[in-house]
Amino acid sequence: MARILRRKSVRILAGILIAAACGILTLALGSLKHFQPQNYIQLTLDGLRAGSIYALMAMGFVVVYSVTGIINFAQGEFVMLGAMITLSVNGLDLPLPPALKMVAAILSGILITTLIGVLMERLTIYPARRSSAVTLIIITIGVTIILRAVALLIWGADPHVLPAFTTLALEDRIFRIGEVTIQAQSLWIWGTLAVILILLYQFLQRSLIGKALRACAVNRRAAQLMGINPSRMSLLSFALAAALGAIGGIVLGPVTRPIYDMGVMLGLRGFVAAILGGLVSVPGVVVGGLFLGVVENLAAGVTDPAFKSAVAFFILIALLLFRPQGIIGGGEKPAEEG
Amino acid sequence: MKTLRARANTIAILLFAAAIFALGAVDLVRPFGVRFSDLTGRIVTLDTMIRIGILTIVVVGLNLLMGYAGQISLGQAGFYALGAYASAILTTLASRHGILPGMADTWWWPWLAIIMGMGLTGGFAYLVGRPILRLKGNYLAMATLGLGFIINIFSGEFPSLTGGNDGLTEIPRLRIGEFLLWPMQRYYFLVWGAAIAVILVALNIVNSRTGRALRAIHTSETAAATSGVDTERAKVQVLVISAMLASLAGSLYAHFQSAVSPNPFGFTMSVELVTMAAVGGLASVWGAPFGVATLYVISDVIKVRMEKVLPLQGGGYELILYGILLVLIMIFLPAGVTASGMQALRRLRRRRPADPGEQPA
Repeated sequence: MARILRRKSVRILAGILIAAACGILTLALGSLKHFQPQNYIQLTLDGLRAGSIYALMAMGFVVVYSVTGIINFAQGEFVMLGAMITLSVNGLDLPLPPALKMVAAILSGILITTLIGVLMERLTIYPARRSSAVTLIIITIGVTIILRAVALLIWGADPHVLPAFTTLALEDRIFRIGEVTIQAQSLWIWGTLAVILILLYQFLQRSLIGKALRACAVNRRAAQLMGINPSRMSLLSFALAAALGAIGGIVLGPVTRPIYDMGVMLGLRGFVAAILGGLVSVPGVVVGGLFLGVVENLAAGVTDPAFKSAVAFFILIALLLFRPQGIIGGGEKPAEEG
Repeated sequence: MKTLRARANTIAILLFAAAIFALGAVDLVRPFGVRFSDLTGRIVTLDTMIRIGILTIVVVGLNLLMGYAGQISLGQAGFYALGAYASAILTTLASRHGILPGMADTWWWPWLAIIMGMGLTGGFAYLVGRPILRLKGNYLAMATLGLGFIINIFSGEFPSLTGGNDGLTEIPRLRIGEFLLWPMQRYYFLVWGAAIAVILVALNIVNSRTGRALRAIHTSETAAATSGVDTERAKVQVLVISAMLASLAGSLYAHFQSAVSPNPFGFTMSVELVTMAAVGGLASVWGAPFGVATLYVISDVIKVRMEKVLPLQGGGYELILYGILLVLIMIFLPAGVTASGMQALRRLRRRRPADPGEQPA
């Protein structure tokens, strides 16, 4: 039995069968609720929107993990901080036209969060850089707790609002195609994801610093021998991850109500997306994020919304057990753990 | 050497038990009208002491798992919740729905429920342990975390069984025959009796063949396997033990609180447990009660004192402190406070000229 399962064609076939079974189950459960095609389309679109945020977070995980080997638990808190700082700056009484004020708020949200990411790396990761993987993950959990508690003190326990980008008001413009609705903010989210993906890809592939980062990811010691400073690369990776997280939080802000503890669940889903994509490839995790968003939304839609987060964790555990190298990432071996 | 250590442990256990029970006796006897909380300037109450005892049981298990075997668990609150819910469901719903008449109303039924809860949780840990413990480092951390989350989410669903987000209330107090283990002053002795028994068992495990196998796995799994240790079996064993201890503590919590709900068993609890284990020292059974007590006392002091100085909403301060403490300990004393203290002590002793009768260690 085990020998048969090891053959690649059998595994692919098994994968297709499992996917088909899940699809049929979804349709069966959906028909119990009298779902029409437009219900599925709507759920898929909403899933793609959530998935874009997971993808942005997953990129943050990948950048940090591939360069430093650390799973940065605080990635979700960067999302929260980005949204919170932006809405706070936007709420200030500045003598600026609303559109300009929004741009200023967004820029300051990204900048301040990036700064926090830099501080985090210098104050907590750098001093412990020679510790084991478990120690480092506990450290990032500690940072997560600190950031969340500070956010609770600053912003309180109530949810906040961030105006939509198009209307600069709480009411967003809504497009209707048949019975399917799309918020204008969704377009902003997809646009942002596309732009970020292209920019990050170009940065990693073309620029000298990007190449240095990738060299560090391939082999830290060899990179060091080539004159690349791994400590600086680690700092850069945290700054990049914080900026990516903040951007995700800012575009997500108008469609949710940002709250101080939003980071945990988002961060975990971002991690699931990163694992789906194999934890090392940027395009891979984008696909992983979108996939997770859609699956989660469809599964929650046909069953009970309460199980939405349970879906992500089931996928997480199943993946870790059966395919820790990711589904989209291909056959790459996961990096060895210390 | 071995007998010396065994004797030291016996003496330590006896002293510890004597101190704990003497403290408990204060509230029972009330000499000159003094209550327990008066001894600590009204900061630590008997209620806190009982909570410390309950969590000590969980943290001892976590210590075995993380400190000795080197396997991280970010979902220990899940096992803790399973125990609490097993006790709560078996003692409230069975008698309410008239299942097992004549049995569900006896005094020994809740005790049986505790044991069944431990069995169920241990069985569950055994089932998930085999596949999950194949993972290492980061991956194991994330998988256990997901497991804890799933248990937490499911405990908030199925209202007919778990009471949904409101949880279950009116869990009966424990009694032996007609002797009710309540008020708190009596419950204190049960909890700490259990905690001390657990410490004793854990010390025995650590100094046994299994304990040596676990430490070998921590140092190098490959080397342990090469030396003939069935690493998979040993890891699953310690996970099952730690899950059963967490379950026992959960049951004691349910009967203490007389109510359970999903809220106290979330991810924050898992992190607090890891913090407590880390503060006490990851590879030290004795560190467990001190780690738990340190965090409780600190957060109580902050709650009482800080909110007078800076009256802000929410319990944010102790969370910030938890975080800072966790980060600092992990950076500077990854072996934990107790272990590092012991090391420092040993170093000091080595610097002094050895006594003529003493063998160099």
